[in-house]
Amino acid sequence: MVTTTAPAKIGAPSSPPVAPRRGMGRWVSDHLVLIVGIGVLLYTFVPIGYIIALSFNQPTGRSATAQFDAFTWSNWSSICQPEGLCESLKLSFQVSITATILATLLGTLMAFALVRHSFRGRATSNLIIFLPMATPEVVMGSSLLAMFVAFGFDGVLGFITIVIAHVMFCLSFVVVTVKARLTGMDSRLEQAAMDLYANEWQTFRLITLPLAMPGIVAAAMLAFSLSFDDFIVTNFTSGQSVTFPLYIYGAKLKDFPPQLFVVGSLMFLVSFVLVVGVELWRRRRPNM
Amino acid sequence: MTQSTDEASPRVTARDLRLEGVTKRFGEFVAVDDLTLTVPQGSFFALLGPSGCGKTTTLRMVAGLEDPTAGQVFIGDEEITNLRAYKRPVNTVFQSYALFPHLTIFDNVAFGLRRRGVSDWKEKTREMLELVQLEPYAARKPSQLSGGQQQRVALGRALINEPGVLLLDEPLGALDLKLRRQMQIELKRIQTEIDVTFVHVTHDQEEAMTMADTIAVMNHGVIEQMGAPGELYENPTTTFVANFLGQSNLIVAEVVDASGQTVVVDCHGQKVGVGSSRSHTDEGKGWLGVRPEKIFASPRGSETHDGANVLTGGRITDVSFVGVSTQYLVAMPWAQELMVFEQNTGQRGQFKNGDEVDLAWSRDHAFLLDAGQDAHAGVITPEDIE
Amino acid sequence: MTDLVTPPTPPVVDGETSKRRGWGWLLLVPGMLWLAVFFLFPTVQLFFTSLYDPTGSFTLGYSMTWHFANYYDAIRDTWNLFARSFMYAGIATFVGLMLGYPLAYAIAFKAGRWKNFMLVLVIAPFFTSFLLRTLSWRTILADHGPVTSFLQTIAILPDSGRLLATPVAVIAGLIYNFLPFMTLPLYASLDKVDFRLIEAAGDLYSSPFTGFRKVTFPLSLPGVVSGTLLTFIPACGDYINAELLGTPRQYMVGNRIQAAFLTEHNYPLAASLSLILMAIVVLMVIVYIRRAGTEELV
Repeated sequence: MVTTTAPAKIGAPSSPPVAPRRGMGRWVSDHLVLIVGIGVLLYTFVPIGYIIALSFNQPTGRSATAQFDAFTWSNWSSICQPEGLCESLKLSFQVSITATILATLLGTLMAFALVRHSFRGRATSNLIIFLPMATPEVVMGSSLLAMFVAFGFDGVLGFITIVIAHVMFCLSFVVVTVKARLTGMDSRLEQAAMDLYANEWQTFRLITLPLAMPGIVAAAMLAFSLSFDDFIVTNFTSGQSVTFPLYIYGAKLKDFPPQLFVVGSLMFLVSFVLVVGVELWRRRRPNM
Repeated sequence: MTQSTDEASPRVTARDLRLEGVTKRFGEFVAVDDLTLTVPQGSFFALLGPSGCGKTTTLRMVAGLEDPTAGQVFIGDEEITNLRAYKRPVNTVFQSYALFPHLTIFDNVAFGLRRRGVSDWKEKTREMLELVQLEPYAARKPSQLSGGQQQRVALGRALINEPGVLLLDEPLGALDLKLRRQMQIELKRIQTEIDVTFVHVTHDQEEAMTMADTIAVMNHGVIEQMGAPGELYENPTTTFVANFLGQSNLIVAEVVDASGQTVVVDCHGQKVGVGSSRSHTDEGKGWLGVRPEKIFASPRGSETHDGANVLTGGRITDVSFVGVSTQYLVAMPWAQELMVFEQNTGQRGQFKNGDEVDLAWSRDHAFLLDAGQDAHAGVITPEDIE
Repeated sequence: MTDLVTPPTPPVVDGETSKRRGWGWLLLVPGMLWLAVFFLFPTVQLFFTSLYDPTGSFTLGYSMTWHFANYYDAIRDTWNLFARSFMYAGIATFVGLMLGYPLAYAIAFKAGRWKNFMLVLVIAPFFTSFLLRTLSWRTILADHGPVTSFLQTIAILPDSGRLLATPVAVIAGLIYNFLPFMTLPLYASLDKVDFRLIEAAGDLYSSPFTGFRKVTFPLSLPGVVSGTLLTFIPACGDYINAELLGTPRQYMVGNRIQAAFLTEHNYPLAASLSLILMAIVVLMVIVYIRRAGTEELV
């Protein structure tokens, strides 16, 4: 039996508790990681800032990259003025769109095979898919070129060979991206569809594909950006054709046209707006 | 329930669901072991058991989402064992509802009808949504609904197809207690109205007893006992069933005389009788079982119990007031504590710790089980509670 | 069992019904074929090319003499390039980890509503051409540019010192260009860490740093492995940064391979260099993965 007494005090101080001292130092240490993180982010944008700034540069000297001379809009209004620039852009788009479609298609099929079906040789397949990601681009590009040359295709290097190379190195990334989305998908949804009289094809078309779509779209975007910006492999397999990165490389020393910075800025702004726009649009609608 | 006349509909006249020798093996592990049972058309059937007992696997084999390793499944005379899920006149309400997240509620409910090419699917979908009282939410997505609402969508989505058999895989598990009780009553009411066979899988024995006409208790892939709830509860044939449904006191006893209508057993020196229809062993040792709520505790030597079984020598060691009832633990002379539940009718006072009592129960209320069985089978431990 | 029993169907692998046997592997075929023809075959062919007689030439043709000495010659002549490449790539990876980890941590745990936006910001610089960005660095690190002047003022650099055309610039370029490859896998891994585990560590008397060391960092290890691999591997073979930001004294293996292929047309040398690079990289990857304990490569 417990007899009632005054409640025991557990070492309570007689004076009221003091509010913890918060100074500048405390705030910094709390937010240190965030500050460093934002600092790193800012650092990554410095070259972008330069690119945008230099796009307005009217070079007075020989090289447009050395210093900032005079402000002008003319670069923006005469983007296609340097010879071959717009042609290289056109080729880049053609190549990248073609390669993206092919790589996304083939890669998505592979991802489905790996995630949804069992068969022997999965480990080997995984290894083969992983290898291109582990291979230096120099090696991939040079070996492809060697093969084309050996089979006598060195006269027709161009659009087709570039697309072939791009699809090759984009495949692995597509597979990884789509696989990630597929393994997160609840397979019971497909079972529910079959329970509700949808056969295999209908289930795939109405349930699996729509739910996998975000992953497929992400993979396609990744493939496109990898392809569009690729230099090393393209350099080996392009023959006489000039894609946009090749154009930049070729123009690097003298007479560097500031319009290249304009294109760079445009690429950045368009992509940025697109991605932010998609994100905002996604936030409007309820999550899937 | 009117029959659908659509050509594309796989639904056939509702008939008995039969499983014959159904077995499912996953490598070495036997999930379902030679199951044979018949579910009469139009009944509410519960598959009850702890997690891992094979009840969900059995359900999936009926749905067509799992192929049996052996055995056959019939609806009436038609064998459906090898039919794909989308060819069977069977629909499922999944445990996690499995609502299609990218479709609206309307499209979710209409899904089955549209796959079957039913012409007036819009009309029927609207009616079903009204029936489950979710009409205002038709344009929303599942993620915007509460758990209870999602559950009703899942139910409507299945029922709208007028299946011969509706399978429910622990559909009420994610709901809170009050909602669960409501839905139990609701489901039972729907089932009696529309005359569809319901096969309900659950681990909640109260739920099974409330809703089902017939319960099959499953354990380790086999059915321990099957019958009406009352029958299973009052006359269990295995210790598992005795412990899994409600609670039982199991006392070591030795059969003395099994010749007459009443089997007499010796319980640590005291003699007790069990009706022969409730005795499932007739010689040697056995488990004498009696439910806690059937036991009447009285102060030592205070009353004469004519015709009743009496165990004397008990001492109260724990008193728990649970509102509706008071639960006592009574230590018997043979170092076993028996449970006694007494409804708080207010007509008697409570016992206190240390009180000496006699325990009595009517001869109709005990059962006798084979001593070879594990007395702890089916006892729900904290690990079992999901 | 009665004799009405149908013959037992074979059990499904893993006990899951969602994996179907049979024709599924056909989906794999088109992609695999592509990789086989345009990746595996060229690599094998590269191997044979590396064994050609080096006295041949592009115009006269090569003869296959199983000239394994090509490898010996390649290593003897360029081992310093290999060493330099791995050193640059290693430093770049390490610094990249130091920079990327706080950023990934900040996004995963401190960003709140801004998480997705910050992720976009991480990859946003990639929306412009890699070459343009590197050229941009050339301007920024130029001899009379702001950074160099600043460093000269605070006496880190001598008055006539340069940043451009030094290893510093090349490595800085490598770090910069591969930072998202480090940050994103780190973020993906950290994001999966249940914050309550860190709280539990604090509840069990660990200081924030110890909590990080013993709980957070080990749990983020898969991301660290992915990030370092995705940075180190391309960095080894890169030659753009060396070419644009450095001089031949900073050239890496990639520069040599490119020259051997495209300028000198010395195919056996180029091939043997390529294969040595590839072999070392793949070996490092396998060892690294084994030690770090992650299972699937893809």
